[in-house]
Amino acid sequence: MNGGSVLDDGFALRCPVPLPLGAQVLLGHGSGGKLTAQLIRELFVPVFGGDELARLGDAAVVEANGVRLAFTTDAFVVKPMFFPGSDIGALAVYGTVNDLAVMGAEPLFLSAAFIVEEGLPLEQLGAVVGSMAEACERSGVKLVTGDTKVVERGSADGLFVTTSGVGVVPDGVDVGPERCRPGDRVIVSGPVGSHGVAVMSRRAGISFETEVASDSAPLTPLVRAMLAAGEIHCLRDATRGGLASVLNELAEASGIVFTVSESAVPVLGPVRAACEMLGLDPLYVANEGVCVAVVADKDAETVLAAARAEPLGAEAEIVGEVTEGRAAVRLRTGLGTMRPLLMLAGDQLPRIC
Amino acid sequence: MRFVDEYRDGAIARRLLDEIRGMVTRDWTIMEVCGGQTHTLVRSGIDELLPPQIRLVHGPGCPVCVTPVALIDEAIAIAKRPECILTSFGDMLRVPGSSEDLHMARAAGGDVRVVYSPLDAVEIARRNPGRTVVFFAVGFETTAPANASAVKLAHDTGVENFALLVAHVLVPPAMMAILVSPGNRVQGFLAPGHVCAVQGFTEYEPIARDFGTPIVVTGFEPIDLLEGIRMVVAQLEEGRAEVENQYVRAVTREGNVPARRVVAEVFEVCDRAWRGIGVIEKSGFRLTETYRHHDAEVRFPREGAPASESEVCIAGEVLRGRARPHDCPAFGERCTPEHPLGAPMVSNEGACAAYFLAGRSRAEVST
Amino acid sequence: MCLGVPGKVTEIRGEGEIRMGTVDFGGVRRDACLAYMPEVEVGDYVIVHVGFAISRVDEEEAARSYALLAEMGNLENIDLPQDPEGVRDFIAEGPAAGPPAEADP
Repeated sequence: MNGGSVLDDGFALRCPVPLPLGAQVLLGHGSGGKLTAQLIRELFVPVFGGDELARLGDAAVVEANGVRLAFTTDAFVVKPMFFPGSDIGALAVYGTVNDLAVMGAEPLFLSAAFIVEEGLPLEQLGAVVGSMAEACERSGVKLVTGDTKVVERGSADGLFVTTSGVGVVPDGVDVGPERCRPGDRVIVSGPVGSHGVAVMSRRAGISFETEVASDSAPLTPLVRAMLAAGEIHCLRDATRGGLASVLNELAEASGIVFTVSESAVPVLGPVRAACEMLGLDPLYVANEGVCVAVVADKDAETVLAAARAEPLGAEAEIVGEVTEGRAAVRLRTGLGTMRPLLMLAGDQLPRIC
Repeated sequence: MRFVDEYRDGAIARRLLDEIRGMVTRDWTIMEVCGGQTHTLVRSGIDELLPPQIRLVHGPGCPVCVTPVALIDEAIAIAKRPECILTSFGDMLRVPGSSEDLHMARAAGGDVRVVYSPLDAVEIARRNPGRTVVFFAVGFETTAPANASAVKLAHDTGVENFALLVAHVLVPPAMMAILVSPGNRVQGFLAPGHVCAVQGFTEYEPIARDFGTPIVVTGFEPIDLLEGIRMVVAQLEEGRAEVENQYVRAVTREGNVPARRVVAEVFEVCDRAWRGIGVIEKSGFRLTETYRHHDAEVRFPREGAPASESEVCIAGEVLRGRARPHDCPAFGERCTPEHPLGAPMVSNEGACAAYFLAGRSRAEVST
Repeated sequence: MCLGVPGKVTEIRGEGEIRMGTVDFGGVRRDACLAYMPEVEVGDYVIVHVGFAISRVDEEEAARSYALLAEMGNLENIDLPQDPEGVRDFIAEGPAAGPPAEADP
């Protein structure tokens, strides 16, 4: 390093040694943040092509023989498998059901593929499967096909579950980021961050005691009630990466500005406390039972009321609005200042510093 | 949360800002030392709400940022040894070493584990007797008692397979290094609240006196910072240079005596290199003779290529408050949290990351 | 390393170097080592950093100094001077904050 102020020296720009980002897949590529988006955009989409894939919605809406189908798939690798309020099985069902529901579809059929690690106690597998059956019943969907593979000890971290789901989108329902427009209001259906905190509380190394339970649940009745109550332009399931990531995806896909008030976003007290303790921002913590709706201003209050009348939407809030401008997400802080709510690169590692 | 929420009250914040505006009669440059304080100031936008006469510069109070590249390379090398488990606080994982970071080392097969407390690392050592667990001991005086406890525990309970890679740094020598450097413009300091909770603040008194610089021990919430700034400005306007305590709910003048006693048993002061700044005399800790066999640098002597740093990164200037993140030509363009060129862009509390995440693009910021 | 969070001690076990406590942080509980806080009792608030209590929160001091601040926040007419750098988006927070007033020229 040269002495003196860099401003005095007027130093010449040199090409820095770049870190070899492209060499290997990193954990961050799976976090739902910027690295994930980059991987999808640069590796997957160009190879498979197609307009529907490129839309990158929670589910694909495709047409066959005049019927509009919503089709989605999701892999579940949560560790530990069992955590307060839910487990990998229920998650696998509700996650896929919700991805269909937020496209306005009526979820109908599921498939499930299991990759099981050699040595997993059968009792645990049985518990997961039992939980899935219960979740299907609660969601009104049928599991109609599946697959099972077993891999050597050490190759699968217990159990990985992939579910795919199909549903029918009724005529007249059309939700998508391209419909969002300035003036729209943003509604969040419930408190955020509960799922992530519940899972973390059981993770070795950062475990702590709390009554916080995962919010994993089927959102279909809630979404149906909201869609019936007013003009909804877009719906998203807020999962990994949290509310902030979903808003960023929406801003990117719609090309306009989303502004959210920090103090309006509902967060349960213990979830806030856990996030404080770990140095995390609840806006980036995973959910499994929260949806975000972008609603025409004129119908915002009625849609909110309809959400609140549903058990899963009792704590719904209007948290922000859509405005003119180039794709961005902004946060209005408690002090009244504005700052951007950026997409995180990878995982939010619990902050210690 | 009690003792947190009430210090984020918007009405009080606006009133404090009002008071500060009313007091200021000339330009002042104030430095906050602690990265946690930088983080709050920038995230809450306080630094933009302050009157333009007050210039906030950010100090080297981010131990993640100032850990020498050579030590990060060492940590990576240790992580890649099959007989080792490298444990660390989460913040260190994405800090660039000479050619990679710990996150990548893990992707390449190194056993790197994030822990919340150094005691967790000792527990991992206990459960893995066949391997050596090395804990990357980064931190200021705040973290020294915890790290000292961990080493003592390992030593006293015969956990031989535990070692510390020591990267501790001390605040007062850094403050003095800033004050004596030619071209220094810092006129007042916000001293780090939790460092002082452990250390007390007697060691800042000679600094305030000898350099004629007001120092206010400050907390981390928006109200704490505004109050601390108000107290510094009051001293500057009145021509006083004393150590005052804003963070009265957590800091006393004598600090935590039992904690310092254990630290003194396990660690001794030594010279320490600060990334981007260079060697500052007597500004670090190393293990004392009794505990030296738990030193990772003794067990795994450094080999391989000397450390190298991005030539573009101006972290040193930023850490000394001589430049602000947006003065760097690479800021926000070639250097972002996804592909950081230097440590202050990685750490949650590094000034560059704080500025970037708060949207301070080079175009936007006024001087 | 600055992240220190205040929490309430709800239980204490052990003695001396292995004195541990359960600390409640607004509804979330975690163990912390109390080796450095020998005088802390159940009901006290402590600041916890990387699993260790490093300082006791002095509630009397906190109340005293906060009372002065709170008085400021409760003033009836807050005259917010016009921000010379441009419009700032002040949101009404707290019971006493009213809409920003125009500064006198």
